[in-house]
Amino acid sequence: MTRVDPSRRIVVAMSGGVDSSVAAALLAEQGHDVIGLSMQLYDQSDPTRSFGSCCSLDDLHDARRVAAVIDIPHYIMNFEKQFDAQVVDNFVKEYAAGRTPLPCAHCNSDLKFATLADRATGLGAEFVATGHYARVDYDDATRRYRLRRGVDRAKDQSYFLFSLSQAQLARAIFPVGDLPKEDVRDYARRLRLPVADNPDSQEICFIPDVDSASFVKQRAPEAALPGEVVDEAGHVLGGHEGIHRFTVGQRRGLGVSSPTGAPLYVIALRPAAATVVVGPKASLERTTLTASSVNWIDAQARVSRRITAQIRHRHQAAPASVCAIGDVSAAEGTPASRAEVIFDEPQIAITPGQAVVFYDGDAVVGGGWID
Amino acid sequence: MRVYFDYNATSPMAEDAAAAVTSAGRETFGNPSSVHHFGQRAKAVLDEARSAVATLLHGDPSEVVFTSGGTEADNAAIRGAADALEPSGKRHLVASAIEHEAVLNTFKALARRGWSTTLVPVGSTGIVDPDRVLEAITPGTALVSVMQANNEIGTIQPIAEIARMAREHGALMHTDAVQSIGKIPVDVRALGVDLLSLSAHKFNGPKGAGVLWIKRGVRMLPILTGGKHERNRRAGTENVPAIAGLAAAARLAAQKVDAEGLRLGALRDRLEAGILNAVDGTAVNGAGPRVPNTTNISFDRVEAESLLIALDLEGIAVSTGSACSSGTLEPSHVLRAMGLPTHRTQNSLRFSLGLYSTEQEVDRVVDVLPRLVDKLRKVGRR
Repeated sequence: MTRVDPSRRIVVAMSGGVDSSVAAALLAEQGHDVIGLSMQLYDQSDPTRSFGSCCSLDDLHDARRVAAVIDIPHYIMNFEKQFDAQVVDNFVKEYAAGRTPLPCAHCNSDLKFATLADRATGLGAEFVATGHYARVDYDDATRRYRLRRGVDRAKDQSYFLFSLSQAQLARAIFPVGDLPKEDVRDYARRLRLPVADNPDSQEICFIPDVDSASFVKQRAPEAALPGEVVDEAGHVLGGHEGIHRFTVGQRRGLGVSSPTGAPLYVIALRPAAATVVVGPKASLERTTLTASSVNWIDAQARVSRRITAQIRHRHQAAPASVCAIGDVSAAEGTPASRAEVIFDEPQIAITPGQAVVFYDGDAVVGGGWID
Repeated sequence: MRVYFDYNATSPMAEDAAAAVTSAGRETFGNPSSVHHFGQRAKAVLDEARSAVATLLHGDPSEVVFTSGGTEADNAAIRGAADALEPSGKRHLVASAIEHEAVLNTFKALARRGWSTTLVPVGSTGIVDPDRVLEAITPGTALVSVMQANNEIGTIQPIAEIARMAREHGALMHTDAVQSIGKIPVDVRALGVDLLSLSAHKFNGPKGAGVLWIKRGVRMLPILTGGKHERNRRAGTENVPAIAGLAAAARLAAQKVDAEGLRLGALRDRLEAGILNAVDGTAVNGAGPRVPNTTNISFDRVEAESLLIALDLEGIAVSTGSACSSGTLEPSHVLRAMGLPTHRTQNSLRFSLGLYSTEQEVDRVVDVLPRLVDKLRKVGRR
């Protein structure tokens, strides 16, 4: 935060949660010219869609109340179309392709630090702040912006921010990244913010009742074709109602019994044949993966580098080596920018569609989408 | 300097109106239905208010029914007429496509009950063609509802002509005058309407008070049932303080409408010319007679949502389209009905002036706009 002149105008993306509320409050307290913007992401007029962990009508009201308490201007912008195109559409396509999407990362790099940031520019705001648990600073030696894990490791959200470009990081401020969650809540209580004790958000915000399968089926009925559940040798063990209902590593709800009695896991999804491949836990183990659309935050990391690699949000980053493959000079974040990761120890359930994020200690070296 | 150019959304109370609200809430606080002294004092306030509204509208005090505002008045007019006429077999309603949601959504509600409805289109001027209304009227038409002035673009509709056609074909005529009262003279007899809605807070009265004017002899059923208030036409203890404020605002409007019309017209024209001159790629939406306080302007290559916010950050309050539940903006149904292309329905701002607007405020807006528009257009080009 020290890099931002207090007189500069900052737009805070306010979701109505405690983290972004405190982010706005902290910046306002420091004397910045703070504007709260909340994104309306889906049609709020349908009362049956009153779900959610983020950006629902209740949350937008919460954001408004917080803005009133800390006395900053607050506006709600309608991003329904952009959200649908940038985030929801991709989410559905990924499931239909037998992959397990990570919509929050897309929302960050393709909506908050894209569309919202553009709007901020139009309003004369150079910086965009969010309530993410992550830290960003400028490295004078490499002349690049660095992204690091939040101080509160249990709440760290750097995994969801790996795809931010240098230009996006240059404008990003994460005011709660230096704080433990308890301090954030204490601060909110001290300021009597009406959201101080709101529960942490967990689910995907646009999916009612945590039911991704119904959502995907409704949006892409063609992807919800019934098919067979087979073992690794190709023996048919049973049927299923669509590969979008499965994710690699899944154990529950397979609807087939194991011939050997050992628990079965989803090993792979084959969208072309609508086949779900199951097998024992050992078959989930892999030591290598490749990733596409790799974003290098530390530009020097393209050459083979020792890192720890995290393959999903709740995964203990594991020691590995990473190096760029294919067109090694491809622009950061473009599909041709690819990398291979070789883990020291086999990892369970490397899931296509999720992100792999490379860390050097606390610093995000880069990351990409698992092939 | 904060500039408030959103009088069509709501207006600050005039001093007289605020004083009347306080006085009726503290001194004449009785229930007007009560027999005792306190009730009589409150009843007297209501009677005076009814006379003030009658004077403003050139009607009779007995024709004035107090409501909670414009939306209730519109609902009471349409549903009240529909309920009364349903037994006669009439089952059809006509309105213009640019009515307020209070009318449009009440039509939708009646459509779910089996009524048929016709929305008469408007041309690019934003003015309803009476001949199109005539085409829409059938022997089964119970009521025609056309607003006197449009809230978004300010165009004044040919109510007298439409009312004549409605009358000739046995239909009741309702006009939503929420946006014309206080801006132009309104005479219910000259208009020839059967029903007229108004709302106090649009002309420097308090929120929560409105009127449905019902021509003597027009048969209506009440939409609120309960006690015998308002001659059995609207149940519920009258909101005396707000009605007292409404009356004060009505007296002010009746007294000032001609002079204020001229003053606001000059200010609006100065603002409009100033903007068209200072910002390229701008155009006024709507043509023909307009209320003197309103202008609606399209800004090419600018998202109205962003421009509205940028203006607010400069202390200038304007509006666009209609706000939805969360307060975000939806493309204007009025501009869409006028056949404007999608981009123009999303890049238009409404500036509406009123009692406390000044030339300095107009000049400030004209001064600030070019820089803000420029900035937004630069982002748009990236």
